[in-house]
Amino acid sequence: MTLEVIGISVLWVFLFGYIMVASIDFGAGFFNAYSTLTGRAHVLAKVIQRYLSPVWEVTNVFLVFFFVGIVGFFPKVASYYGTVLLVPASLALILLAIRGSYYAFVTYGGLRGKRYTLLYGLSGLLIPASLSIVLTISEGGFVSRQNGALVLDYAALFTSPLTWSIVVLSLTAVLYISAVFLTWYAREARDSRAEALLRRYALLWAGPAILTAAGIMVELRAHNPGHYARMLEVWWLFALSLLLFGRSVYLIWKKRQYGTAFLLLAGQFFLAFFGYGLSHYPYLLYPYLTIYDSFTSETMGIALIIAFIAGLCLLIPSLYLLFRLFLFDPDYLQGKRDNHA
Amino acid sequence: MGAESSVWFSRLLTELTLSFHIIYATIGVGVPLMIMLAQWVGIRNGDEHYILLARRWTRGFVITVAVGVVTGTAIGLQLSLLWPNFMELAGNVIALPLFMETFAFFFEAIFLGIYMYTWDRFKNPKKHLLLLVPVAIGASFSAIFITIVNAFMNAPQGFDVVDGQLVNVNPLVAMFNPAMPTKVAHVLATAYMTSAFVLAAIAAYRLLKGSHHVYHKKALLLTMKLGLIFSIASAIIGDFSGKYLAQYQPEKLAAAEWHFETEKNASLIMYGVLADGEVKYEIRIPYALSILAHNNPKAEVIGLDQFAKEDIPPLYIHYLFDIMVTIGVGLLFLSLLFVIGTWRGWRFVAAGWFRRLIVLGGPLAIFAIEAGWWMAEVGRQPWILRGIMRTEDAATTSTHVDTMLLLFAALYLILAIGSITVLTRMFRHNPVERELADRGGEHR
Ligand code: HDD
Ligand code: HEM
Ligand code: HEM
Repeated sequence: MTLEVIGISVLWVFLFGYIMVASIDFGAGFFNAYSTLTGRAHVLAKVIQRYLSPVWEVTNVFLVFFFVGIVGFFPKVASYYGTVLLVPASLALILLAIRGSYYAFVTYGGLRGKRYTLLYGLSGLLIPASLSIVLTISEGGFVSRQNGALVLDYAALFTSPLTWSIVVLSLTAVLYISAVFLTWYAREARDSRAEALLRRYALLWAGPAILTAAGIMVELRAHNPGHYARMLEVWWLFALSLLLFGRSVYLIWKKRQYGTAFLLLAGQFFLAFFGYGLSHYPYLLYPYLTIYDSFTSETMGIALIIAFIAGLCLLIPSLYLLFRLFLFDPDYLQGKRDNHA
Repeated sequence: MGAESSVWFSRLLTELTLSFHIIYATIGVGVPLMIMLAQWVGIRNGDEHYILLARRWTRGFVITVAVGVVTGTAIGLQLSLLWPNFMELAGNVIALPLFMETFAFFFEAIFLGIYMYTWDRFKNPKKHLLLLVPVAIGASFSAIFITIVNAFMNAPQGFDVVDGQLVNVNPLVAMFNPAMPTKVAHVLATAYMTSAFVLAAIAAYRLLKGSHHVYHKKALLLTMKLGLIFSIASAIIGDFSGKYLAQYQPEKLAAAEWHFETEKNASLIMYGVLADGEVKYEIRIPYALSILAHNNPKAEVIGLDQFAKEDIPPLYIHYLFDIMVTIGVGLLFLSLLFVIGTWRGWRFVAAGWFRRLIVLGGPLAIFAIEAGWWMAEVGRQPWILRGIMRTEDAATTSTHVDTMLLLFAALYLILAIGSITVLTRMFRHNPVERELADRGGEHR
């Protein structure tokens, strides 16, 4: 493996991690807001608060890790994407700020406000939508050079069917991932009302999630035939992913082994995302930027990888402790403890 | 909006975000240490008051951290959005500490979540205290790593530029640049100092408002002692920072001191105003600048006459320098008086006017942080990477920076109002007296 490939793999894993943990967070916020609207707040609020409040900062660091890491490993990304993404990334930042401040002011600070809860829920859908634009842009065709400066063609971007199918996919995926995880969590917490409701959501969003994923393939075929062709080369990854999807929906349908169902779902997204990434390789931005022509100096690359390994040695035990205390501790899950400062 | 105004608005937005973030960041670095010390004193002496102190500080702390995370995420991404050319170079040479910083964040965030939600969960309270250690370490290390990046901007090294290409990159040499030791030490010491004075201000405010509970008196004495220790440290390290500047960034020191001509036996200018190139109403301390710069009253100090006009930073940083040093020395004496006075039983340290000064000390310390950063950053101008890349060459070419500036300004306004409201509500609705009673503590 070359340094470039190691670098992009590390970033890829953290991006995948972010997509999973953030989807749970975003979707939960949305379900919470939705149930507040429909007068069922009490059903979900507890489950959501108990799981999300201790971990949201960790979720956020995954994102920070990704964007700091990509500039470290592939500095040219800063000058290409940095210029182009000013507006979409700033909007995403503002939305992320709304979420962060919701935790600060409402969960920790005790402010109450229905409108705030709704805003928070809505931001959970808008953030994936605005972040997913980056994936669309990376497919090429929306960025051009004019007088030496890079410009983003907003008109083309917002009228492209590819953009919208990626946006819709990000939304359905967020809701599906989140519903499956929370169904499992609610069962562990022995909260049968929340479990029943969330299971309904999970089944409801399974179909749209898989349909929109298939839709992307169709759009890509028209938009970026090269990428599409490479995706077909690794068709078996996507087929395997579909198999896992079927199995996890089946388990949820049968109300069996939600934990396994969630793991299968994680596998499903892992494979699909891996297939997508593999076929995107080596491009970071079609057709301007590949991981090879944008890689950092060799010494820096090695230093970053060493730092990464050292960091992991610190991180994995800590994450294990966090999950043991909050995710797999029966007393905490069932709300028998309230040890908040 | 043209390219020139892109630079202008990018600067404004960077200044705004960093100036806002630094308030929360400073508290985020210093307060965990204070909580740790209070909880440790409480456990060691079996004193419930200190433990409650730690617990109440934690509640406020998580709110400032959350806003710090939000604004920090913004600045982290904005650096690439607004200064893409700089970040491309930085990515090649100084990405290592930035990358390590994210691990420090991870570490801190994980243990903060655990610490916050495990009060009274362990039979042995020392175990709970132990969980705070990684929070304090993580917070301080994120300050260390980010300050290393900033030190690199002031004293870049660890690479060569040959025909516009970066070669011979050495990340460790870049990290351990000459600016790094004083900068890191000063930033850490002032963060601890500021946090101590902010917490002291809260305790003094409670006492002023008529509460006579010993809880507040204990809190005040503890924080003022810590404030004293860290303000002495800050002043000493600040003096070393001056010596660093004299050797490696003489133009910044000369601009901050209005030292126009290179000379021996240089005197230090305090205060004063600059009108038409003339310094008026100033206080001159003979030999003091030579001492600050070289520890020798006779030493020669380089003046602005040695630099081309376009390489000289704005001269208004002199005022910022004065603000920082005045507040620093003032707080040092305030806490010294308080500690000696309490020890000796002097009455005036419990008087209303003295407590009002302590309340003022909290905001002033934060003001000193702002002044210090503004002096350091504006004093680096016109360079973003001193001697290598000018600020105007580093900025984005995007034409929407002005709109983003408005958006973020509105966001920070809301965050500021929100955090002030929440923090004041939290402590007003749940006074210490009531909480102590609820926990079965004694009344006074
Ligand atoms: C509570 C805040 C505070 C206080 C009381 C002081 N400082 Fe400070 N100072 C800072 C907060 C600060 C800072 C915010 O942390 C800075 C900005 C950038 C940096 O590295 O640290 C700084 C920078 C800074 C620099 C510039 C370093 C550089 O640009 O590389 C010098 C020369 C001093 N300080 C000197 C002093 C002296 C002689 C003080 C005497 C009391 C003093 N500071 C008190
Ligand atoms: C790693 C640390 C830091 C980096 C990479 C960094 C980066 C930058 C950049 C890119 C600019 C714009 C160029 C300019 O206008 O000068 C700047 C300026 C500035 N930064 Fe820093 N900064 C760092 C730390 C800080 C901190 C912690 C503060 C605290 C508030 C700060 C305050 C400022 C201010 C006030 C300016 C405006 C100076 C001017 O435009 O005249 N910086 N910095
Ligand atoms: C010396 C000045 C600074 C100090 C002391 C400081 C410290 C902190 C602290 C304590 C936090 C909260 C971290 C947490 O609890 O997770 C934070 C957040 C953050 N800071 Fe700063 N910061 C400084 C300047 C900067 C600058 C210049 C940048 C830009 C590169 C930056 C980037 C960030 C980011 C990305 C976060 C969010 C991390 C997260 O999601 O946990 N900071 N900072």
